[in-house]
Amino acid sequence: MKHNDSHRMKRVEWKMKRNTVIKIILGLVAVVISLPVYLLLTGSLQSNVELTQSLRPVLSDAAGMAGFHLLPNHPTLRGYVELFFDKPEFYMAFFNTMKIVLLTLAGQLLIGVPAAWAFAAFTFRGRKLLFTLYIILMLLPFQVTMLSSYLVLQKISLTNTHWAVILPGICSTFPVFLMYRSFCAIPKGLLEAAVIDGAGEVQIFFRIGIPLGSGGILSCFILGFLEYYSLVEQPLAFLKDKSLWTLSLYLPEIGLAQAGYAFAASMAALAPALFVFLFGQEYLEKGIISSAIKE
Amino acid sequence: MKSLTKCRYIFRNKRIWFLLPSLLGVGVFVLIPFLDVVRRSFTGAVGGGFVGLKNYAVVFHNQAFLLAVKNTLRFVLACLPLLILLSLTAAVFLSRLDNIRIFKTMYLLPMAVPTATVVLIWKLLFHKQGLLNSLAAGAGGRTVDFMGTDAAFWVLVISYIWKNFGYTVVLWLAGIYSIPDSMLEAARVDGAGEWTCFFKVVFPNLKPVLYTITVFSFINSFKVFREAYLVAGSYPQESMYLMQHLFNNWFLNLELDKMAAGAVLMAIVLTAAILGLSVLWEKES
Repeated sequence: MKHNDSHRMKRVEWKMKRNTVIKIILGLVAVVISLPVYLLLTGSLQSNVELTQSLRPVLSDAAGMAGFHLLPNHPTLRGYVELFFDKPEFYMAFFNTMKIVLLTLAGQLLIGVPAAWAFAAFTFRGRKLLFTLYIILMLLPFQVTMLSSYLVLQKISLTNTHWAVILPGICSTFPVFLMYRSFCAIPKGLLEAAVIDGAGEVQIFFRIGIPLGSGGILSCFILGFLEYYSLVEQPLAFLKDKSLWTLSLYLPEIGLAQAGYAFAASMAALAPALFVFLFGQEYLEKGIISSAIKE
Repeated sequence: MKSLTKCRYIFRNKRIWFLLPSLLGVGVFVLIPFLDVVRRSFTGAVGGGFVGLKNYAVVFHNQAFLLAVKNTLRFVLACLPLLILLSLTAAVFLSRLDNIRIFKTMYLLPMAVPTATVVLIWKLLFHKQGLLNSLAAGAGGRTVDFMGTDAAFWVLVISYIWKNFGYTVVLWLAGIYSIPDSMLEAARVDGAGEWTCFFKVVFPNLKPVLYTITVFSFINSFKVFREAYLVAGSYPQESMYLMQHLFNNWFLNLELDKMAAGAVLMAIVLTAAILGLSVLWEKES
């Protein structure tokens, strides 16, 4: 008996040590992964002078290697001051981005939620085929449908407007797929009971479907926000006027000559996405998992 | 008479209104214009006359196209296994721990970071006198001219893995947690060690997740164009030149006939791949 006990104790000890080692390794991985964001943060708190000094070999043709202060030597809010008071272009780009994101998400919810409900709650001829089509469309990269979108938008003279990005975004089939998954989880018995009680289609949708599927809808919103906030290909292809540009197109133009401003602007552009991510991480994870795991 | 009343019945039945807006949207913005694209792939750029398969022939012999295909394939074949193995390893380790919320947050962070905000850092890291080389030189190693040589390929790989590592780990974890404890218990009672447990019990049950991860990572590999374009522009170093660059340049130069042919080709290949993979997926489960 005593031998068994000490054997078990040794196993527990070994497990704890192993877990600590695992934590350290995974922790280091986490630090490395977070490094780019951390560099952005510290860079945004450094002055132009400090940044130009450390990054001279990259900014000009100087010899030697660039460095970077992991902690600012002279922390300053100069970059942010310049950003908030001196740069209407940034506000414009930010406004454009939010306009596109919010209108796209609103449209997606408006036409996507009922469509997902239709796929989940109704049976009709061709349902499986249609849904497979939706899945294929969801998985095709932008470059395949780029030309077709362009041709339509050109016909209705919407190229070089924000609608060129918003409208195709609203018709994306990914939200339909995601919300379909969460609507599928609603027990059919509940729906049948509602029908027996005399509820109409619309009533069932609003009283049962939406409340019980709200998790999926929220996941859609969060995944969608992160996706449309960082769009690059669509604005690049369809928005010619600089006044229409989104943050994704504006930020790379800033350039390292205005290093302080560039860092602050990048950080400020990152903030809303970070905020949405941290607020909705739980729904983000649920959304990721439900789009993948077969029930 | 009969068909008219049937038509009226369908539209009076509220159900169709649920699906109609979506169908209309998809039809108008994706499907119908794609038919026009198919038509265009068979017509010439100037004059619009029917030229048969000429556009396809031109595309197949186009040097840029061949380079782009080679690079895109190389990228996918290099990145997917690497991403899958790294994330699986991390997920397996994470599954042994109790409170992993903070790890998941930090690993998922890159997914929330818009590419344009972090491009600045990539430029600084990968410059030939940049931060990574600075570390290498400091440690006494060789420096690599990332942007000017074939090493540019690794810029894409690193930024891709950085961005996609988090959600892949989350997917693996979901798969690992879905394995019933009783299975593992049974294996342990039968005397299986850690490695045997993993290979004989855990791994076979992860096959459905593996297929999903493969499909999603494959689709997301196309998005690496964002990093490539924002860091290196429309005509980057050769080893970075992908299908997306080619399409983008065709688009900018209004070479729409080639683009039409290319789009049709890509649609066929990808649809075949997706359907093929989904058939395999159905078979497994």
